[in-house]
Amino acid sequence: MSAPEMAAAHRNIRRLDRIGLALTLATVLGAILWAFPLYWAVVTTLKPEAEVVQAGVVLWPRHFTLDNYFHVLFDTKIGLWYINSLITSGAVTLIVVVMAAGAGYAISQLAFPGRQALWWMILASFMVPIQALIVNHFILMSQFHLINTLAGVVGPQLIAPVTVIIYKQFFDSVPKDFREAAVIDGANNFHLLFRIYLPMNWGVTTALGIITFIGAWNLFLWPFLAVTSQEEMNVSVGITQVFDAFGVKYARDLATAILAAMPVAIVYLIFQRRVTQAIMLSAGIKG
Amino acid sequence: MLKSKRTEIAVALVLISPFLLIYGVLFIYPTVKMVQLSFTNAPLIGAGEWVGIKNFQRLSFDRLFISAIWNTVYFVVLSVIPSTLLGLVVALGVNRLKGWVQSFVLAAFFLPYILPVSVVFRVWSWMFDKDFGIAQNLIAPFNDGQHISIFRTVPLFMPAVAFVTIWWLLGFNVLLFIAGLRNISTEIYEAAALDGASRWTQFRRITWPLIWPVTVLVLTIQLILQLKIFDQVYLFANGGRADATMVVVQYIYKQAFQQSHGGLAAAASLVLFVVIAAFSILQFQLLRARGAT
Repeated sequence: MSAPEMAAAHRNIRRLDRIGLALTLATVLGAILWAFPLYWAVVTTLKPEAEVVQAGVVLWPRHFTLDNYFHVLFDTKIGLWYINSLITSGAVTLIVVVMAAGAGYAISQLAFPGRQALWWMILASFMVPIQALIVNHFILMSQFHLINTLAGVVGPQLIAPVTVIIYKQFFDSVPKDFREAAVIDGANNFHLLFRIYLPMNWGVTTALGIITFIGAWNLFLWPFLAVTSQEEMNVSVGITQVFDAFGVKYARDLATAILAAMPVAIVYLIFQRRVTQAIMLSAGIKG
Repeated sequence: MLKSKRTEIAVALVLISPFLLIYGVLFIYPTVKMVQLSFTNAPLIGAGEWVGIKNFQRLSFDRLFISAIWNTVYFVVLSVIPSTLLGLVVALGVNRLKGWVQSFVLAAFFLPYILPVSVVFRVWSWMFDKDFGIAQNLIAPFNDGQHISIFRTVPLFMPAVAFVTIWWLLGFNVLLFIAGLRNISTEIYEAAALDGASRWTQFRRITWPLIWPVTVLVLTIQLILQLKIFDQVYLFANGGRADATMVVVQYIYKQAFQQSHGGLAAAASLVLFVVIAAFSILQFQLLRARGAT
């Protein structure tokens, strides 16, 4: 390479670096803008109501206070809604994971009549939007007398074909040697499932469990239809249905929202990698 | 124990029976009943008479239903295409970063996605609040210095809800695009850089063709998701004139739960079901095509 060519190449790299720096700054700025509404909501909850309705943009409370949270925690039903959300989301998660692991194992490893038909039926169920079933879910649940009960909230959330499909795929990829060796040692299918197939896929179970829990905690439409009494409400529904009788209180309303978001936000921040893995798996990308 | 075929079938039955039970009672049965109900004039709770295709005829003349379909299509256009393109742009930006900066930036874009819709609703009601919303500072200069009640102004409603939806769900698209970008080998880029290809050429000739299958996947996933839109539209319209901005699932909700027209609501559900089924088959074919390569 001649000297002028070298200089030209050098200039090119410098120019590229400047563009690179601009792109990096733009991305970071975008992230800050994206997170701002959440920051703004949290900051608002830490201000006294009088300061919240003052003109101007104040990015940090002048008078820091936790009163809004105390009020919401002790003077509203949010504690009860929290417990309802925990019970229903926990039940959904437990039942879905146990049921899907069992069904996934059977479809993946066992020969039984109708296996292929069952598999196609599960794949076909993707086509049915759960939203199209709300009317008949409501009719069915009222026939079972489960409207306005926590069991009624749980019921329709147990349809989880995706979870079965993911388990089946992961059980398919467990090497056959493990199975054969265990069978020679006298293991039966339940040993195989609980001592080999499930332990080898704990990561998948955690990922599916977390994403099922977050999904159940966040679900709005069905809990909104299934429950009208404040005593049985979930957090996600409760905070949109119950308003202060004495006019809008911005800071308090937002404090309820922040409290409702807290569990899923914490779970996400702790299990980031598992959450993203589960989302990719559900989208059909084996990550 | 595995010796006999009969025990294997018995074990399989034990393992799949909970799934089969739930699936049959809560999925197959309601689906069949939904189809059946759509041909009757039944109220929400109680029996009705067979009326043939009358519900569907009624739907085809119902201006509210037709406007609900158009509103849904409008919302899909406003949300799906921008969120897919923006998802790709953000993923390209995030993918260049390294270490803790990347983790921080990704978390900032992704955090809204895991929040309940009601929290998203509360956060943005406050941002756009007519009296004290911080966003009014940006809106007022375009409206002669006046504040606007965004969600009570019909022409602004859908764009605003689509905007909030994009903010909420973008992280999902970003995640899928980043996975796609990581699958492109760095050697291709290095070779292109050696040949003196500019950033733009590299994107146009390498990244775009290779990321295209992910783009189609994201588009179809978002399309199917947003056709079923209810939560945000319902929450932001609550207390206002909901009919003007009604979407299809909201129409089903209104007919079934507010007017007790079970048969008509089931007919509208069946229409939604057929549309979603068609797009799902398309998506399944795309996934299979991806799996084959």
